[in-house]
Amino acid sequence: MVENRPLLNLLSHLVLIAGVVVVAFPVYVAIIASTRGPTDFMSGLIPLLPGPHTLDNYRRIMFSGVSTSGAPPIALMMTNSLVMALAIAIGKIAISLISAFAIVYFRFPFRQLAFWTIFITLMLPVEVRIVPTFKVVADLGMLNSYAGLSIPLIASATATFLFRQFFLTVPDELTEAARVDGAGPLKFFRDILLPLSRTNIAALFVILFIYGWNQYLWPLLVTTDPGYYTVVMGIKRMAEVADAIPQWNLVMATVVLAMLPPVVVVVVMQRFFVKGLVESEK
Amino acid sequence: MQTKRTIFGNRVLPYALLLPQLAITCVFFLWPAGQAFRQSFLREDAFGFKTRFVWFENYEKLFADPLYHNSLWVTVIFSLGVAFLSLATALILALAVDRTLRAARTYTTLLVWPYAVAPAVAGIMWWFLFNPTIGILPYVLEMLGYDWNHRSSSVDAMILVIVAASWKQISYNFLFFVAGLAAIPHSLVEAAAIDGAGPMKRFFTIIFPLLSPTTFFLLVVNVVYAMFDTFAVIHATTEGGPAQSTNILVYKVFEDGFIGLNLGSSAAQSVVLMAIVIVLTVIQFRWIERRVQY
Repeated sequence: MVENRPLLNLLSHLVLIAGVVVVAFPVYVAIIASTRGPTDFMSGLIPLLPGPHTLDNYRRIMFSGVSTSGAPPIALMMTNSLVMALAIAIGKIAISLISAFAIVYFRFPFRQLAFWTIFITLMLPVEVRIVPTFKVVADLGMLNSYAGLSIPLIASATATFLFRQFFLTVPDELTEAARVDGAGPLKFFRDILLPLSRTNIAALFVILFIYGWNQYLWPLLVTTDPGYYTVVMGIKRMAEVADAIPQWNLVMATVVLAMLPPVVVVVVMQRFFVKGLVESEK
Repeated sequence: MQTKRTIFGNRVLPYALLLPQLAITCVFFLWPAGQAFRQSFLREDAFGFKTRFVWFENYEKLFADPLYHNSLWVTVIFSLGVAFLSLATALILALAVDRTLRAARTYTTLLVWPYAVAPAVAGIMWWFLFNPTIGILPYVLEMLGYDWNHRSSSVDAMILVIVAASWKQISYNFLFFVAGLAAIPHSLVEAAAIDGAGPMKRFFTIIFPLLSPTTFFLLVVNVVYAMFDTFAVIHATTEGGPAQSTNILVYKVFEDGFIGLNLGSSAAQSVVLMAIVIVLTVIQFRWIERRVQY
């Protein structure tokens, strides 16, 4: 800040408060809706003050599901989402760490080719090759399984680049010292490189957990068995049926539960989140 | 390519370490992309008995199809709408945060969390807020004399999906603008202030030009986001309607491939999309190379 202008400072705060309110408003309305009874949404206006049905609504969707929409209990869908998000985040970090290690610390034929093959994946998001990818997964018998939900999304060029970039900044003296002491490549990787990468791993974990949890199109394609629905894609099925008999209180309770885990991760690990976001764009 | 001075010698190990990444890349990325490319030159009859090599017929049909033109046009409006709305909002908020001192951290925390909300969830929440019968925003709009209905009005539907998609993206742009503002040398701004330039003048002559690399980078990122990551917003709300008015390219690929089962056309569309991603990625990388020189 250059000069003290009380009016401009006041304006800044007003703009920010307005921004925070606008950003939070949809979520506020969703939370309120999840505390009301079904009759509050028949006519008139969306209620803006909490109602008495909070426990009812959440207990109902968590454990018995909404019978009319054929959706399983949310507890099951949340578990599926958690398994998928963790498998994607941990899997991506693991395979990127070892492939970046191979590219930086070894010299071998086809190294360049391997690097470019990984690079190309940046240019092929799932959305542009849906049909053939679905076919591959179907042919491998991976529909309706956790493997089908997570493995096809595990390859990641960004994570590999991030670790490659980081490994290049690790001083050569460390490697030399390790070799003098008789450490092989795997021991060096486990005892020196991994501990040094901790912050980067945490930062990437936040970003990738959110990425995995928020997947929509992929679970929509590979799951037909409600036992494997994830919560983010399950909402759509609930809202669709709810259009006929609007059970908005239950849909919004699901919405609140679906966004809770990633939002908590971002708020709790904000420092790592910002680092991960900025670094993964380099 | 850069490498280490000290390296390990082992013939098999590097391949073993690369194997998982490369196997997944080949099976789930390269092979399907190749299949899409091959399929885009084939025509299959309705029952999948016969396939014929048709050269560029799928592409010719695609580019002659008024529905595809419409989808291209819709995508352009949608992407630019999302990019403009989320960038402008984020820039205003970032400028405001730049003026606050102690409260900056609190405001940042309160503004960044929507990044974690899934696009589908964002879509459903705005769908609810804009619900023509009971929604709050249509109620407010009606008092202003506007009759909102995204089920029948193309314009309303487009506004709905733009707002829902932008809402989620503000936090991302905000963080990058805050970082960009922090990187502007303080001495420049102070020198201008001493010379008598007010806040507005300083913004347009110093801050905005110095922020332009960040803005350009974010513009590309936002267009990529709007083109490829917003499938869920569309699918969870308007499903491309009413009357194709929100049928963006990625949604059309899905619709033609899985619902219409027009594999040749869907594959040709995939190839066009891949070309677009490649162009955008190259632009993004060239920008990063340029930034390094600063």
